[in-house]
Amino acid sequence: MKRALVAGIVAVIVVVAAVLLVRPAEQGAPAPGPKGEGSQIGRGEYLALVGDCLACHTVRGGKPYAGGLPIPTPFGTLFTPNITPDPETGIGKWSAEDFWRALHDGITKDGSYLYPAFPYTNYTKVTRADSDAMYAFFMALPPVQQPNKPHEMRFPYNQRQLLLGWRTLYFKPGEYEANPKQSAEWNHGAYLVEGLGHCNGCHASRNILGAVKEDDIGGGLIPVQNWYAPSLSSARETGVGDWDVKDIVDLLRTGVSPRGAVYGPMSAVVANSLQNMTLGDLTAMAVYLKSQAQTSAPEEPVQVRPTEQQTADMMKRGGAIYEKHCADCHQPDGKGVPRIYPPLAGNRSIMTPHPINAIRVVLFGGFPPSTEGNPRPYGMSPFYQDLSDEDVAAVVTYIRQTWGNSAAAVSHAEVDRGRKVPVD
Amino acid sequence: MRSRASLLSFVLLAAPGAAVWAQPAKIPDTIEQRVLACAICHGKQGEGIQKNEYYPRLAGKPAGYLYNQLVNFRERRRDVPIMTYMVAYLSEPYLREIAEYYANLQPPYPAPATGAAKGLLARGEALATKGDPSREIPACAACHGKALTGMEPAIPGLVGVHRDYVTGQMGSWKVGRRKSEAPDCMAQVASRLTPEDIAAVNAWLAAQRVAPDARPAAAGSLKLPLECGGVQ
Repeated sequence: MKRALVAGIVAVIVVVAAVLLVRPAEQGAPAPGPKGEGSQIGRGEYLALVGDCLACHTVRGGKPYAGGLPIPTPFGTLFTPNITPDPETGIGKWSAEDFWRALHDGITKDGSYLYPAFPYTNYTKVTRADSDAMYAFFMALPPVQQPNKPHEMRFPYNQRQLLLGWRTLYFKPGEYEANPKQSAEWNHGAYLVEGLGHCNGCHASRNILGAVKEDDIGGGLIPVQNWYAPSLSSARETGVGDWDVKDIVDLLRTGVSPRGAVYGPMSAVVANSLQNMTLGDLTAMAVYLKSQAQTSAPEEPVQVRPTEQQTADMMKRGGAIYEKHCADCHQPDGKGVPRIYPPLAGNRSIMTPHPINAIRVVLFGGFPPSTEGNPRPYGMSPFYQDLSDEDVAAVVTYIRQTWGNSAAAVSHAEVDRGRKVPVD
Repeated sequence: MRSRASLLSFVLLAAPGAAVWAQPAKIPDTIEQRVLACAICHGKQGEGIQKNEYYPRLAGKPAGYLYNQLVNFRERRRDVPIMTYMVAYLSEPYLREIAEYYANLQPPYPAPATGAAKGLLARGEALATKGDPSREIPACAACHGKALTGMEPAIPGLVGVHRDYVTGQMGSWKVGRRKSEAPDCMAQVASRLTPEDIAAVNAWLAAQRVAPDARPAAAGSLKLPLECGGVQ
């Protein structure tokens, strides 16, 4: 009954939207964008790095921008397209107008709707001038002949026309509108974070239809990959309200800062995108992020938590493991060594309600990315063979509840689930 | 007054000490410390860890070989997700430095394996040292050196590595889970080897004693019978 009602409402919305949305794409003079340097192609190359286009439109070991990367979603698997200027298999026949329509409206050259895994919900804020610069850059790339793989979406998600309903509910095309109460720097940061940077592609929770609330950076679990992208607006998570702008910029540009280091998918973002950005752009992003309202943390997921007695036992066991395996690098006082081994005391990225990141890092270790500011990063050992689920649960609970840290204990069942995530 | 002054001087003297004490521990600025993360599987000296035969010895292998493997993991030519995850965002100069670090280490080699059947060893020795021309299988020694300690800059030694590891790699080549830069000569060789060949040759390789100062053969000292990518 409820389902039928929902289906009926969606059907009505789809019809209404079809009438409302069939209108020519916005035209007009290019809006004033952020200042570019050098040639239009050079500017476009820089913007493509800011948007991290390479990350999705390239497979490991493949030709840059030739696509083919599987994007697993709860609705099936999408394969990213070839965006080199090959006329047959790439976007060689696209005009600047076609490119703009994809970016701004999420509509491909043949008129079909793009899946919102392509973050046009963010890119719609990009100015026409920036879009044209990116177009010029892509057209200047060497064409790669590589046919696109067909998507493997389940029914009904393989019916692209249904995206019209989704768009009606969750998509509002429009360029970035400056907030006159804020500085030019703040507005530029917002333009980058909300637009090309598409930070909330990960740092926000998606609803049951995979949509993100506009401008939400409140954190969320990345579907299928199972890394938790913490809230950027919560003081209890990785909101940066109390960080120095310099430390925020350091983290974004070098992957390490005195307050913590990046790992997992954020390593890729720093390596492929952020480290290439100008100090001015990164500072603007930092100023914007720092100003975010410090909302309360997202609600904790309902889990079966260890009892008080169990927690006390885990703390004892975890303390012994910490001393044996962790203290040499992260130090007995949990303060770490600045820019070498991240601090754990006061490090909110290990205290998020979802404990998956801390569990993953203990199980699989890792390196922050090589960057100009940190070319030879120090690494963290993977402990998946040396520590049992109970051991990992104990040591993660220990670091979440020592040195003034405060977060719920984790259970060995959560560690067990952590072992089964795709590592790469 | 006097006691106050002495108390003050004590505080002043103690203060720098306290400041030093409060400083974080000094972490050595060495490649050894930076790649300590690798030791948990590959050993502190890159000797490989005995508890799991599939974590190979790295020490003493040619730097070019180790570097190529790190790149192969990064580019997914080798299907070992944990290794891809580890090296995915490390720069080429850093990967080269890591490779050179392990290439220059020389911890003791394990004792030769014993107990393999004589017939198996004889078949393995023949394949390793003479190959099987009728099936176009070159001798291991033709590329990996007379002493099978590899050749600079990028052909690995086959002795002093655990038998199960080498067997696993040949199996991976056969099924396409391990690839080298094209032309992938080892994939061609592996495709011609039967499981019995692989068992025999690895039994013999594992039974060889490795000289404590074993080094790869000099670059260019062997003329390769096949064209191989990434080994020059």
